Amino acid sequence: MLKKNACVFVLSCLSALCAPTALAAGPTIKVGFPIPLTGEIPKVGESSKFAAELYREEINAAGGLEVGGKKYPLEFIFEDNESKPETAVNVTLKLIERDNVLAIVGPQSSRQAVPAAAVANDNEVPMITPWSTNPEATKDKPWVFRAAFLDPFQAPVAADFAAKQFGAKTSAVLFEISNDYSKGLADNFKSAWENRHGKGSVVAFESHGPKDQDFSAQLTKMIAAKPDFIFLPENYSFAALIIPQARDLGFKASFMGSDAWGSAELMKLCGNACKGQFFSTHYAAAGAQGKTKEFIDKYNKKYGYVPDDVAALTWDAVTLIAGAVQKAGALDGNTRAMRKKIRDNLATVQEFKGITGDMRFDAQGDPIKCAVIVAIDDKGDFTFKESVCPK
Amino acid sequence: MELFLQQCVNALQWGSFYALIALGYTLVYGVLRLINFAHGDIFMVGAYIAFFVSTALLAPGLGLSREWTLALTIPLTMILTSLVGVTLERIAYRPLMRKGAHRLYVVVTALMCGLVLENGNLALLGASRKTLPPLLEKNVYDFGGIAVTNLKLWVIFAAALVFFVLHFVVTKTRIGMAMRAVSWDKFALPLMGIPLDSVIVFTFTLGSGVAGLGGMLFAMSYPVLEPYMGAMTGWKAFIAAVVGGIGDIRGAFVGGFLLAFVEIMVAAFLPSTFRDLFAFSILLLILWRRPTGIFGKPQTTKI
Amino acid sequence: MQRYALNIFFLVAAVVLVALAQVGWLDRYVLTVITFIGINCIFAVSLNVVNGYMGEFSCGHGGFMCVGAYAGSLLSVAFFTDSRLFGASLFPPESAPFLFPLVLVGASLAAALFGLIVALPSFNTRDDYLAIITIAANYIIISVVENIDAIGGPRGFSGMKRAVNAMSDVAELPWMLIWTIVGLFVCVVTIRRLMTSTYGKGISAVSQNEVAAEMMGINTNRVKIMAFMVSSGLAGLSGALYAHVYGYVNAQSFNILKSTEGLVMVYLGGMGSTSGVLMAAVAFTLLVELLRFVIPWLNDILHAASLLPASYELSQIWKWVFIPLLLILLMQFRPEGLLGNRELTQVFPRLKRWITFK
Repeated sequence: MLKKNACVFVLSCLSALCAPTALAAGPTIKVGFPIPLTGEIPKVGESSKFAAELYREEINAAGGLEVGGKKYPLEFIFEDNESKPETAVNVTLKLIERDNVLAIVGPQSSRQAVPAAAVANDNEVPMITPWSTNPEATKDKPWVFRAAFLDPFQAPVAADFAAKQFGAKTSAVLFEISNDYSKGLADNFKSAWENRHGKGSVVAFESHGPKDQDFSAQLTKMIAAKPDFIFLPENYSFAALIIPQARDLGFKASFMGSDAWGSAELMKLCGNACKGQFFSTHYAAAGAQGKTKEFIDKYNKKYGYVPDDVAALTWDAVTLIAGAVQKAGALDGNTRAMRKKIRDNLATVQEFKGITGDMRFDAQGDPIKCAVIVAIDDKGDFTFKESVCPK
Repeated sequence: MELFLQQCVNALQWGSFYALIALGYTLVYGVLRLINFAHGDIFMVGAYIAFFVSTALLAPGLGLSREWTLALTIPLTMILTSLVGVTLERIAYRPLMRKGAHRLYVVVTALMCGLVLENGNLALLGASRKTLPPLLEKNVYDFGGIAVTNLKLWVIFAAALVFFVLHFVVTKTRIGMAMRAVSWDKFALPLMGIPLDSVIVFTFTLGSGVAGLGGMLFAMSYPVLEPYMGAMTGWKAFIAAVVGGIGDIRGAFVGGFLLAFVEIMVAAFLPSTFRDLFAFSILLLILWRRPTGIFGKPQTTKI
Repeated sequence: MQRYALNIFFLVAAVVLVALAQVGWLDRYVLTVITFIGINCIFAVSLNVVNGYMGEFSCGHGGFMCVGAYAGSLLSVAFFTDSRLFGASLFPPESAPFLFPLVLVGASLAAALFGLIVALPSFNTRDDYLAIITIAANYIIISVVENIDAIGGPRGFSGMKRAVNAMSDVAELPWMLIWTIVGLFVCVVTIRRLMTSTYGKGISAVSQNEVAAEMMGINTNRVKIMAFMVSSGLAGLSGALYAHVYGYVNAQSFNILKSTEGLVMVYLGGMGSTSGVLMAAVAFTLLVELLRFVIPWLNDILHAASLLPASYELSQIWKWVFIPLLLILLMQFRPEGLLGNRELTQVFPRLKRWITFK
């Protein structure tokens, strides 16, 4: 009896898996978001979700996205990739096969983005990963694009700026060993710095593990090597721990960060210790103009804080896709044909004016855009310092 | 030399946290032979409770001064956290143990409870990280090149104090005697007229209360609170408790500091990218030489 | 004939599954989920050798899966593809479907070798002390992989998809599904054979009472080495399959969380019951996938019944609150796992008429 019940249960489960999900009334524009809502980086998932919902509400309030004279509501499907590669692949396939999405935005971190990008590419679905920096994610994958700039561009920008601003000859780097974003940036920075200042000018090159909270061992070692500044290619949550700890250990010089610092939470968590530091990123929140300011104000009003870089990049990714859909002229009933049009339109974007700067895609689907150096001023605002564009 | 001493201070502070969590593991283990894998998450809950309590006390409505807030937050956090611990025991572990489940099933239930705490927190409070309002004026003292903050001294002092109190409770008081008796023979105990359930509840109260204190001190020292902060630290503290000899209070205390010393010294004097590799290899060697940990006694088995 | 009915049923089921996938009735999502169920089954069943049959508490099983995943990926990249790492392919890509078992065997052997890290200290360490050694092994393996930049380090390693594509070029079949079914079959048979052999009796004896087992003349050290190596070797097999199904491996996906997932499946099914663990692995993986569909549906219902404020949305985050809660509840009703330490045929003796399994 029990076995029969179990059988029935399993069978019904399987049939539920196989049954197509209910169709929504009327055609909509479906975009899937395989994002990390739980797991290591839930904040990243939440930010992208918030930004996307903000966009959807704005468009749908106006009746939908206008494509070829008709308005279609946007339908965003958020799936949790649990910060695991296998789940990222499963949910990406679910979005493609079950939900028939036209395009995919996400996954955010490279560990999920690389396998999910392969899946999107194999199934010929356009995908934009807003935050991943691993070259592998877009390499030889014509269907996959990216919104963030790559390590080989960002690292020299940071190195040049630090050399100029601090008059530094030596530097030290602290990074997270199991985070490929952090590791990649640290490696690129090291080679860029040593190119300019000679071998041995990176006096300490230390790492820590995921979820570490105490960095005193590495910091003591680094401070003893007396660097002119410390480069921290870290998520802001680590930066907010590392900088006060370094101050407690008597370190006086400056810190230089990377785009993952760009969150309003940094100042909430870090307090005064982070004031006066610099980081390279996509845009400066304070003193932003035009569309960027509009986005920041809307986001701030709805969720109560200034958006971080993930939110801004997700917004740009969604805008890019919406633009590509509009450019297709009409909503094709054939999903495959429509996906193809979106991909072609994305690849031929000439000059996209996003809130994280103007950009277009190169042959690999990586963006060509400018980096901004941001200074954290005495009020804790992220103010514009200078901007560096790729040659 | 200065560098080494500075690293020692670092290790002492970091070890205090391991010790505080490991003490909770070992208390429960000593009584029930249960690895309470939810303990790391109870520690996380403690940090969050400290956040809510102190924010509420500092709120304009009450407007307490910082010193009073600190003085009130410590006992409140400990009490509320121990409530969480006891609730888990009541709801999840006790019914299972009553049914005579193998202890490893209870361990897996504890793992599940930890997941519920982590993800429930995430679902209810959102992913934004929290930070404890500063309750203590931070001072950096410089002793001949060795930098120490007053907070670090307090943390080390608190860990040592907790250890001595627990050691006293377990070895010198009647309830402590009952606790040791439970681990000795769970079935003979009720026959002696000792209320088994009360002893177990007391143990959970004690263990979770210490975790709550640890969580609060942790939130003051590393002010970035997130739902998964307890998971890794919990695992490491479990390792510390076992290396010290699980079930023994001294073992947890020494094991916590030992693990911190190994981790910090490896990161300090070997390439830090290899930290996990070397640190855990050293632990493997220790366990190879002393198969039952530092203070654990080899069990004699009767056939 | 009657005695083989269930075995034939499983064979037919496997063939039907492959056929359905071949004609495209199962889309790639369902296919991947089914393959993932198979991988989880192998992983859980292999952990069951140590945690169930031998009664130890190994919580670092993910580490061996990691070794298998990397070894398998490296082998197939070296064998069947031209890569920067190994240069030209050792064998022509057309040979991939025939030589792929070599990759799986190689990965299993590599993982079994790493099983020695745990097996050797287990001679005089038991219980929770051994648990720590397994956790340490897990950390050590991940740390080693992350420090080898040649295989990607923290960036992870990919390129196995090309080996799978090479197989598809030879014959358009759902190759990874087939290999997973074969792998699962080999895994179950190996464990079954092991447990009914003299070694297997030794494993059970060690789990009951090690001292007594030794006095009965069982070489407990050899039994332990055997159990750990078989267990970690099969975990390596699941890792190699995982690597090829997803086409990407990263050390951090095999960290302690993966190991605890294995623990959940084993104890949910019942220690020392292969059929129970298989059922648990299937149920657990399906549950994770099904809740993806249930949660939006639940959200709609709750909103329709206005039990939730309109501003609050029941998001996918709740999935990982529901799953552990459900498992805690399940544990309360079946405190020994689904089947206890018995096999399906022991729980339902009438099934014996339908099954022979050696």
